[in-house]
Amino acid sequence: MAGETTPPGMMLTTLEKGVNWARTRSMWGAVFGLACCAIEMMATGAAHNDLGRFGMEVFRASPRQADLMIVAGRVSQKMAPVLRQVYDQMSEPKWVISMGACASTGGMFNNYALVQGVDQVVPVDIYVPGCPPGPQSLMHGILTLHDKIMDGEIVR
Amino acid sequence: MTDEAPALETADGGVGKVRPGSPPPADPVLSTLHAAAPASRFERFEPGNGPAQDVVIVDRAGYHDLVSAAHSERFDTFADLCGVDYLGRKPRFEVVLNVVSHPMRRRLRIRVGIPGDDPTVATVSDVYPGANFFEREAYDLFGIVFEGHPDLTRILMPDDWEGHPLRKDYAVGSVPVQFKGAPHAS
Amino acid sequence: MSDTPDRATGDLEAPIAEPPESDELESTVATQRRAVHEIWLAGTEEPDWVKAGTDEGAQELLPDTDDPGLSIQRGTVVSDDYVTDDYVTGDERQIINMGPQHPSTHGVLRLQLELEGETIRRVKPIIGYLHTGMEKTAETLTYLQGPTNVTRMDYLSPFHNELAYSLAVEQLLGVALPPRADAIRVLMTELNRVASHLLWLATQGMDIGAISMMLYGWREREIVLEFFEKTTGLRMNHNYIRPGGVAADLPDGWEADVERILREVPVGMSEYREILDENPIFLDRTVGIGIITQEECRAYGVTGPIARASGIDWDLRKAFPYSGIDGYEFDVPLGKHGDVFDRYLVRMEEMRQSLRIVEQVLETMPPGDYRTADRKVTPPPRKRIDESMEALIHHFKIFTEGFKVPAGEVYQAVESPRGELGVYLVAQGGAKPWRVHVRGPSFAHVQALPMMMTDSLLADMISTLASTDPVLGDVDR
Repeated sequence: MAGETTPPGMMLTTLEKGVNWARTRSMWGAVFGLACCAIEMMATGAAHNDLGRFGMEVFRASPRQADLMIVAGRVSQKMAPVLRQVYDQMSEPKWVISMGACASTGGMFNNYALVQGVDQVVPVDIYVPGCPPGPQSLMHGILTLHDKIMDGEIVR
Repeated sequence: MTDEAPALETADGGVGKVRPGSPPPADPVLSTLHAAAPASRFERFEPGNGPAQDVVIVDRAGYHDLVSAAHSERFDTFADLCGVDYLGRKPRFEVVLNVVSHPMRRRLRIRVGIPGDDPTVATVSDVYPGANFFEREAYDLFGIVFEGHPDLTRILMPDDWEGHPLRKDYAVGSVPVQFKGAPHAS
Repeated sequence: MSDTPDRATGDLEAPIAEPPESDELESTVATQRRAVHEIWLAGTEEPDWVKAGTDEGAQELLPDTDDPGLSIQRGTVVSDDYVTDDYVTGDERQIINMGPQHPSTHGVLRLQLELEGETIRRVKPIIGYLHTGMEKTAETLTYLQGPTNVTRMDYLSPFHNELAYSLAVEQLLGVALPPRADAIRVLMTELNRVASHLLWLATQGMDIGAISMMLYGWREREIVLEFFEKTTGLRMNHNYIRPGGVAADLPDGWEADVERILREVPVGMSEYREILDENPIFLDRTVGIGIITQEECRAYGVTGPIARASGIDWDLRKAFPYSGIDGYEFDVPLGKHGDVFDRYLVRMEEMRQSLRIVEQVLETMPPGDYRTADRKVTPPPRKRIDESMEALIHHFKIFTEGFKVPAGEVYQAVESPRGELGVYLVAQGGAKPWRVHVRGPSFAHVQALPMMMTDSLLADMISTLASTDPVLGDVDR
């Protein structure tokens, strides 16, 4: 316990680090592959670039069981409420990676049909550029998210 | 009001040889089609580097008969149906139907002009059931109403969308892109 | 709801139909229920969760006594032995929504299913969740920029999109391509067919439950994608096949890469055949499932491996050859029954035939230029820009304004891994097309899904949907 000799908050810091470490080591994604980026997301999960070494090979179909949503692909006006609904169904703590140019900013389709950037619908933690981003780019994004979580606080 | 078959804007002396206006002689298939819709015109586009393409241009009144005749003439495979907006031309819209005949190894393209103030035309989903979704898309994106279609609702846009996006007087809808730190919005 | 036209006539001004009068004797319970129902309709006490959903009004299944689309779906044009007209009472059926977010719908496809126990009685596909307005965007891009847009429609076979578009533009331009450009195009598109079918195999396996197939299927695909990345710069959505030829020549050492593909991919394929061909579980889940007849294929415009598995002998590479593909020897596999297993066999054999074509291209690749010499269409080589003023001007004009295509209209189709992929291009003489319409094969296949799925079990429906190989970018554009 915090006493005269230990600095205040030391127990809590170690607990925080432990919880963050556990959160990053088995982050399960919700299935939200929309378009071409979904193919590269599946390629990242496949054997050649293996997401299983980070504990992430499982993509849960039900958003209740997932804590990471990788929005992979272009989000149309019709899909935006669905996106929001799936995001709302995920339980805390949850993170969002916006994968690809179309999800981040609308990409090359600056027109009536797409939401220009998925951050207009859900809060985004990491943006991964590319059209589509290769598996290495996506993995860099995921690992950056892990670093961000490790440095952060438990209660978001 | 007579519905004229649309004037065709083509290159003259350009690369494709296009002969407007009459059924090519000695082609029994196209002659049968002409008999089914006497107000139709035929064209043949012969690019230098591809197969020749037969086009039939018909008015709204003879459209359905022509399509039924094509189906009987063994053009039994449906390929494509789309709408085109020629804003500034009368008639404004066009519906283009592509069909294929496997036994004759031929394609046929049927174009029907549709005026902009009364954008209705008969459906061909009773002849080619595959035209169902394609006609819904033409309705959704152009506002062309297909009479007799079993389920004419929006298919690509959300159900409460207003307007028909692929019309030429509907803006692309681009938003101005601003880069952070830029002194002026681009 | 008031914006949707009257369904039978498409009349926008028709009033909303009143609910039909009930013939039942009025009972207090019925009155109360109706009263609640009326309040519900008036919207005064609608709970919030209903509003927040993806309620789409007119796109729901109508009660099947007055769903006019039902008879078309049920196939009044063609006879369907399974359809029975005696319905059980409405209490025993439930309408379930599958998608748009679903692991097995191959993208954002939404299927509304009316289930009677485990049997599907009606299917209504609802699409549009990936609509990107690409046809509208295409009208704002020049012809040289066009392939960047078109390539993202059928994102599993990007080369075929680019090829159809480029061929359409070239027909209007009237340019002739050097033979090397044609040969490179054939090489890339046939390798793309192999990659696409491998991915199909992976997802089909995963949907049926053979999850190891999903992990295996990407193995050979990575080899092909490495070659694509070396040649075009990207693993997917390459923008490589452009009007006038291809963007760049094949890199040095490409023969070794292609030989590696020809060596390693068949090894993987024979492994998959060994695992799946006589596997009793795989056979149980695919033989006799999802049958579509030849007449239905023709009526709905179903092409590609699905039509060939039903026995229709039609391949656009043989019927209307393009890019010199008739100079290579290959066979077209046909199936007999039109079920999922036949589609699997047809696709496996198509992969073998594609590798056969690739081998022939490897042996007979002609030397020469990889794009047409017409400087009005293709940009000059980079170092010429330093030397010649004319080259500089051509480069500038092509990349800023774009080359002009004479007015005309053309429909050009290629045989993509999914079927007939067509581009209808209308040019008005400017630097940008007037109308680009892409006929996606998956659009017609999604329409034909009710033909294959009605009166089958729910689990078989997944298998059928996977075998149709829909790519929603193609469907929604």
